[in-house]
Amino acid sequence: MSMVNKMSKKNPARDHLLKALEAGIRLDGRGPEQFREVEVHYGVSNTAEGSALVKIGDTVVIAGVKLSVETPFPDTPEEGIIMVNAELLPLSSPRFEPGPPGIEAIELARIVDRGLRESRALDLRALCIKKGEKVWAVSLDVCTINDAGNLVDVAGLAAIAALQDAVFPEYDGVEVNYKEKTGKKLPLSKTPIPITVLKIGDYFLADPLEEELASYDARLTVTTTADGTICSLQKGGDAALTVKDIGKMIDISMVQAKILRSKL
Amino acid sequence: MTYITRLDGRKQFEIRPIVAKAGVIKNADGSAYFKIGNTVAYAAVYGPRELHPKFLQDPSTGVLRCNYNMMPFSGMGNRVRPGQNRRAKEISLVTEKALLPVVDLKEFPNAVVDVFIELPQTDAGSRCAGICAASMALADAGIPMKDLVSAVSVGSVDGTLVVDLDYLEEAYECKEGVADIPVAYIPSTQEISLLQMDGEITKEHLIEALEIGKKACQEIIEIQKIALKEKYNVNGE
Repeated sequence: MSMVNKMSKKNPARDHLLKALEAGIRLDGRGPEQFREVEVHYGVSNTAEGSALVKIGDTVVIAGVKLSVETPFPDTPEEGIIMVNAELLPLSSPRFEPGPPGIEAIELARIVDRGLRESRALDLRALCIKKGEKVWAVSLDVCTINDAGNLVDVAGLAAIAALQDAVFPEYDGVEVNYKEKTGKKLPLSKTPIPITVLKIGDYFLADPLEEELASYDARLTVTTTADGTICSLQKGGDAALTVKDIGKMIDISMVQAKILRSKL
Repeated sequence: MTYITRLDGRKQFEIRPIVAKAGVIKNADGSAYFKIGNTVAYAAVYGPRELHPKFLQDPSTGVLRCNYNMMPFSGMGNRVRPGQNRRAKEISLVTEKALLPVVDLKEFPNAVVDVFIELPQTDAGSRCAGICAASMALADAGIPMKDLVSAVSVGSVDGTLVVDLDYLEEAYECKEGVADIPVAYIPSTQEISLLQMDGEITKEHLIEALEIGKKACQEIIEIQKIALKEKYNVNGE
């Protein structure tokens, strides 16, 4: 993300964080790999075909799904469309300003998008109505309500929860009738969950707070499905990682993904 | 007058059920949640804080800046494309003007008070819900205010005056048509700070509608006050 993560000794915030970690203390008293409390609420927007509000600690995100009938892309005439967009709303943090998505929003949306796409969580072929002419398009929008760190993981969980919640509206072959819901669910077979792990000094932290995201060395977001398959990776931060680091970070994310999945 | 029973069974001057909460967004200096029927608004206040770009600063007073935005999935039909469209810009402007008479920013020269209004789901009356939430959020933020503001839409459906129109009523097809009049009201001065209208109405009907709107707003103000007091635990106990 666009946050400052200076490795220089002149970053007192990082020094302070490290000292605390050496003493086994995290800012909010958690263990290094421990998540804050997780809440998932389904159906928070009745205008969306599916929606969910996820709260992890003080971070709150709403995800909503809109379904529409579109022309498929010419190179995939038999496949439906999925689009993921993130809105880092200025309402959710003094850091965000109104306007088109910045790099942080784009990166977040792309991490969530990639996890869903590469895991083939949604059966895009099952979204085809008429080859080359009509397919269902799934628009997934993630909106932040309060940013207290770890937006990526919270958004990722909200996204999958909203997809689980979604039902098709009535469609008569010509027009979508959004007032009538069919009760038919999306062809969703997997639950890819992104987990972000930070590296600060020799320490690894899951579910990072805002303050931790302001002074980390490197981060890795690992998206895994229930069977432990890795379906997306994103490394961030100024520092590089060893293969050993990466292995350790993946292990942490797999354990945490399982716990988050159990909240769905 | 053929519109006798309202489509959702409400009484003529009955507002939809309201849920109001203050202090719902931790990062904000003040915030509120306001739900009326199926329309939901969140509002967050940030500031007073320094105003950028600098040329917008006013050395004689702080500036109030409102931003109304529908979440992409909050519309009744198709997805709403993100980013401020002409409608959202206009609503942001009239929201600002609706709140301005009650806020006193003289103490904060060169500063801005930002109000962000977000709607996760809508069923008509979203600007009014936004104003109700915003006025609570400003109070929650401790911004000097002369009063709270509340807002509701009044109007006539096929010649019958009603309060708090929902989407079905706004879109109701009938001989005499529908007039939709969102109003914001300041109880202490009995003044109206937001007034718009879509549709056609006679002057007599309009004046009558405004008086009805004032009464409905008075009801809403009480709910806003209870919610604000609840946050600070001063309701009775």
